[in-house]
Amino acid sequence: MKRPPQKTTRRIVLLALLAIAAFALAVPAQTTDPSEPVADTLLPDTSAITPSQAPAPVPSVTVKDNPNDNGGAIRITWELSPADTAGGLVAGYNVYRADSETGEFRPVADAPSGTAFATDNRVENGKDYYYKVTAYSQYIDAGEDKVQVQSSGQVYGPVQASWQVFNMDRLICLILVLTVSGSIIHFIRKARRGGAIYVRKIGGIDAVEEAVGRATEMGKKIFYIPGIQDMNDVQTIAGIAILGRVAEKAAEYETWLEVPVSKSLVMVTARETMKEAYAKMGRPDNFQENQVHYLTDDQFGYAAAIDGMVVREKPATIFYMGAFFAESLILAETGNAAGAIQIAGTAMPSQLPFFIAACDFTLIGEELFAASAYLSGEPRQLGSLKGQDVGKAIFLILIIVGIIFATLNIYDLSPYIKVGQ
Amino acid sequence: MDISNFLAAVLTLGIFSFLYKDNPVYRACEAIFVGVSAGYWAIVFFFDNLQKKFWEGVFPPDGSAGDHLLWFGAILGVLMLFRLSSKIGWIARWPLAFIVGATAGLYMITYFVSNAMNQVADTMLSLIVVNDVTGSIIWTQTIGALVVAVGVISGLVYFFFSKEHKGVFGATAKVGIWFLMITFGASFGYTVMSRMSLLIGRMSFLFRDWLGLIG
Repeated sequence: MKRPPQKTTRRIVLLALLAIAAFALAVPAQTTDPSEPVADTLLPDTSAITPSQAPAPVPSVTVKDNPNDNGGAIRITWELSPADTAGGLVAGYNVYRADSETGEFRPVADAPSGTAFATDNRVENGKDYYYKVTAYSQYIDAGEDKVQVQSSGQVYGPVQASWQVFNMDRLICLILVLTVSGSIIHFIRKARRGGAIYVRKIGGIDAVEEAVGRATEMGKKIFYIPGIQDMNDVQTIAGIAILGRVAEKAAEYETWLEVPVSKSLVMVTARETMKEAYAKMGRPDNFQENQVHYLTDDQFGYAAAIDGMVVREKPATIFYMGAFFAESLILAETGNAAGAIQIAGTAMPSQLPFFIAACDFTLIGEELFAASAYLSGEPRQLGSLKGQDVGKAIFLILIIVGIIFATLNIYDLSPYIKVGQ
Repeated sequence: MDISNFLAAVLTLGIFSFLYKDNPVYRACEAIFVGVSAGYWAIVFFFDNLQKKFWEGVFPPDGSAGDHLLWFGAILGVLMLFRLSSKIGWIARWPLAFIVGATAGLYMITYFVSNAMNQVADTMLSLIVVNDVTGSIIWTQTIGALVVAVGVISGLVYFFFSKEHKGVFGATAKVGIWFLMITFGASFGYTVMSRMSLLIGRMSFLFRDWLGLIG
């Protein structure tokens, strides 16, 4: 048995990490000076321009802090110039900024005709700024150069940029996240108190034990392929969670479970998961680190290597659980030809057809995420599953109400639900 | 003869030989493929991550101030190496816990917005689409909206895990799985065709670039 980690060592490492994080946050990273002008051009001198060439100026301008952001931006809106009509004189608008009312105005944005707003994203929070908006017309001079003729522009300001704690555009998102999270917490607590949580039968998951048993009876290996994505993919995390359950069964039946991986982090995580599963089943010594081994990061190199292993070693059972791409059919078809019982699970819509065609059982989309809860029967996971179902019910009701409202032309709810990325 | 084309053609044929059965040529090609790609990615990761992202991020070559937040990632990377020690190998679990936890947290809102809220919003379609000018029903768009509505609602019902699929609920779920299977069938055909184009690309390489048999 390994010695349990010393509390002091753990504290030292934790303190060291916190110190490094604090140091990193304290040292300012290199940033671009937002007060730096975008271009070097100054507001052109319009005194020499024939008034008839310049379009009528914009009647009014509003400058205010850009709402629902983390600062550093000012929103400039204006009324269109009276000359901004179809076939009119206005070719566009120029927006200029200065640090003081009488300071030097430099261009920060432009907009085509018919547009009445611009955002200046290069400002500092808490600093006063002044803006001018000019309408301009354009012509080609004798030297075939484009020449802009600008209207005059009044000065507006001061205005300051600031950051907002809440993005009110995402209020509905917050409400829904809190509702779904609340229902998940509620059902987890209920399940922990011993409340019964029903989970319907899922064919593919029920077959897991049978598949492990088959390998045991045949005295052959089990292959577990956790996809080709790294640990930053939720499907890989789900795949590793299921691996824990499969490893428990394999440990119980003393069947060799092999996990070839294509990412180093997945290898480390899978080893830890399997080690824990074997220890949980009282067989820690049966686990060998080489059961989980790295092949290559390359997608088709990985597929070629697994194909070779499947053909040579003829495993009784193959699991494919995680994120797969074009290699899915190459793997599943080879496993099928080798006569293995195959259980797949992925949330990649484009690869599901291949698994359905070539595997005995397939966990479709969210079934992959539900599998771990179903297999373990742990109250925490079952409660989470029930809570998510409440979330789906809320979305279902929203969809039905939204469709009814849209069909009867009562109200369009979709803008309230849609969130910009 | 171009040696690189010759090698690529031999390796292509070696991999194709697997279609007959496993053989020494395929094994050699497989070993070359796996070995070369593993080595290639090791070098790519070393230079992209350690040199470009970390080293040049902390000590920019232009002498500007470095981003010291990168040290945090570097320390987590070093902690991974602790698993080589049997005594303090447990420390290696910390960066893993950080990655898994951070991933779940970061993607929670992203997925909630893109996979749930925006999908719900895009499904809120009028089931009767009318031509604004003539006032007549546009049947193709109306049927399309109906298919989307029925498909999404019944598909969502199929993915309810805490309610038994029987009665009206079960029938709706059955409609949902039919929708899914028809979609998968269409997707299968589409993807097979795109794989055919990959095969044509390989054949084109063999017969045009290598053998010069086609123009």
